[in-house]
Amino acid sequence: MANMSLKKVPMPEQEPDQRNKNFKEVALGYEENMAVEEAERCIQCKNQPCVEGCPVHVKIPEFIKLIANRDFEGAYQKIKETNNLPAICGRVCPQESQCESVCTRGKKGEPVAIGRLERFTADWHMKNNEDKIEKPETNGRKVAVIGSGPAGLSCAGDLAKMGYDTTIFEAFHTPGGVLMYGIPEFRLPKEIVQKEIDSLKKLGVKIETNMVIGKILTIDDLFDMGYEAVFIGTGAGLPKFMNIPGENLNGVYSANEFLTRINLMKAYDFPNSPTPVKVGKKVAVVGGGNVAMDAARSAKRMGAEEVYIVYRRSEEEMPARLEEIHHAKEEGIIFKLLTNPVRIIGDESGSVKGIECVNMVLGDVDESGRRRPVEEKGSEHVIDVDTVIIAIGQSPNPLITSTTEGLEKQRWGGIIVNEETLETSRRGVFAGGDAVTGAATVILAMGAGKKAAASIHKYLSEK
Amino acid sequence: MNEILEKKQLNPTVKMMVINAPLMAKKAKPGQFVIVRVDEKGERIPLTIADYDRNKGTITIIFQEVGMSTKKLGTLNVGDRLHDFVGPLGKPVEFSKDTKRVLAIGGGVGVAPLYPKVKMLNEMKVPVDSIIGGRSAEYVILEDEMKKVSENLYITTDDGTKGRKGFVTDVLKELIEKDNKYDEVIAIGPLIMMKMVCNITKEYNIPTMVSMNPIMIDGTGMCGGCRVTVGGETKFACVDGPAFDGLKVDFDEAMRRQNMYKDMERKVLENYEHECKLGGILNG
Repeated sequence: MANMSLKKVPMPEQEPDQRNKNFKEVALGYEENMAVEEAERCIQCKNQPCVEGCPVHVKIPEFIKLIANRDFEGAYQKIKETNNLPAICGRVCPQESQCESVCTRGKKGEPVAIGRLERFTADWHMKNNEDKIEKPETNGRKVAVIGSGPAGLSCAGDLAKMGYDTTIFEAFHTPGGVLMYGIPEFRLPKEIVQKEIDSLKKLGVKIETNMVIGKILTIDDLFDMGYEAVFIGTGAGLPKFMNIPGENLNGVYSANEFLTRINLMKAYDFPNSPTPVKVGKKVAVVGGGNVAMDAARSAKRMGAEEVYIVYRRSEEEMPARLEEIHHAKEEGIIFKLLTNPVRIIGDESGSVKGIECVNMVLGDVDESGRRRPVEEKGSEHVIDVDTVIIAIGQSPNPLITSTTEGLEKQRWGGIIVNEETLETSRRGVFAGGDAVTGAATVILAMGAGKKAAASIHKYLSEK
Repeated sequence: MNEILEKKQLNPTVKMMVINAPLMAKKAKPGQFVIVRVDEKGERIPLTIADYDRNKGTITIIFQEVGMSTKKLGTLNVGDRLHDFVGPLGKPVEFSKDTKRVLAIGGGVGVAPLYPKVKMLNEMKVPVDSIIGGRSAEYVILEDEMKKVSENLYITTDDGTKGRKGFVTDVLKELIEKDNKYDEVIAIGPLIMMKMVCNITKEYNIPTMVSMNPIMIDGTGMCGGCRVTVGGETKFACVDGPAFDGLKVDFDEAMRRQNMYKDMERKVLENYEHECKLGGILNG
């Protein structure tokens, strides 16, 4: 008999006042009984809209049924059939706009907590079972994967399983891409990412760090070296700025820089880790996506007294995950909505002392399907801050497109691919994830990595 | 890979290292830079490529020991390996085929990034006059190397212990006023020196290339920490530079940004020196 409670089983979490002072994970995860209770809320409907709502078509009702039957390992294996990185997806996927948004239970009350259950399953497996990874027999054919973020990791994993001699080239000194440098520890513990990377290595994937493709080697060089196909999963790493006065004052960061200093370079451990970051007492984060929430909550944890999210639309239009917005508010982040910066103000030494903003009102619906914010005349006002973090988005890095002849790209930088095969305008070169779509989500990038691996296999089989 | 093959002290604070990096040596070009990490926890330190040898597969770096990380780098010896060595990064410099005569100016450790450019011009058979300077005699580096690739080499020191007493800008003014015709000036050194040089060359309307070395993390365009304003536009030194049109660079902003972490850098250095002392005592 299904559990007909209208609400999800609550997620145990660190108390807001405690967690906004540490970098430990906010959500603590379901215990076994909680997971079973929540799994019983799934009514196993026949049409399974959730599976359609998932970019990688995880067999959601099936794994949830296994949880309800307390076969946690079976549930894990069921997810793994279509998703290589469940511990990560359970934590960072925007479930409310994917699987959970179409859940039948969501028509009346809250949808089934699919994300929480996925996370529980992955964590349970990690705690209780050793992964028996066997290195598949190699077919001796070399494939290069550029970038070790979600797209590259999932592409390399699938290729290795099919027997390809796969090498990942990573520009940073640590693999993981945005999972390492971008998403903070309190949302995605680095240990989990490391485990996924380690299991790829066990599958035989080679990872070469400190390799900036486009500089030390071009894609043509890779073909000359005997790689028969290349996957570009270089993400969207180029930070956007607003082009308003004062953006080069001391104390203005891109969210990329701020988060990279803290996450990858461990500036939270300064001076034990020598890379510094200046957080200041009052911080304004401009933007309304997950990156903005991550930056704001990191600033708070680094000791900032007041942290503002400055966003030009209303909360309804915010692209961040609901859970992150909710957590940010609980942690004391102050939301300045319908507010748009027009100028950053500096003191006589060139450091930030304030941000001048105007109020916005929502006008007609624009091409993004959201109501366009319009400036309210005469509403200029200054918020006193000493740090400004710009988190208004990233675009793809041109290092590869500018050094590869015949690789076509969109005007805004995205690599152009055949949507079915993810092959680019260069034969044998495939691309996916943010490098193609512009900044999107971890799960979409992983889906693209998988799709590309299948296409590469098809391409090489026919070659 | 990344093994230190040679190490030389060029002056009390500047060291040179030749690094085994065959792949990078194939691709490196004048004007590019590398990023080095000394150890597991280390900062990412951007350093200019001072020279490269494609046949031997080596990259030469020259660095001044300023903060904790460069001091730590300086303690490594021949046979040690750099934990991380990334590059070549940045845009290589380009010179027009019509270039007839160039004046190269280097201050302090800035002579290190200047040298490969002058060497390149020399290989292109473009005559170069060079001015190199330092605080005092011992701070003038790469004198012999620069002499080999320059038609005339002028040396200045602040205290007159070598060459002429004064600044590189004094010689620059004289050379221009003596009617020497230069198609281009290259100036690399402390920001204040590059600013002074550009103030002069602007008057005479001589195109001037400078090389910026701002604070950066990844060196691939990802963080935007290395923002430089050039001609009113924001550029990233790591991917758009490090060489820029000096007549358009906002040096005051660059100097201000350079000082952003001064206090914190000092703290790390003090801790490090304290630990070294302590280590010295404990090790007897």
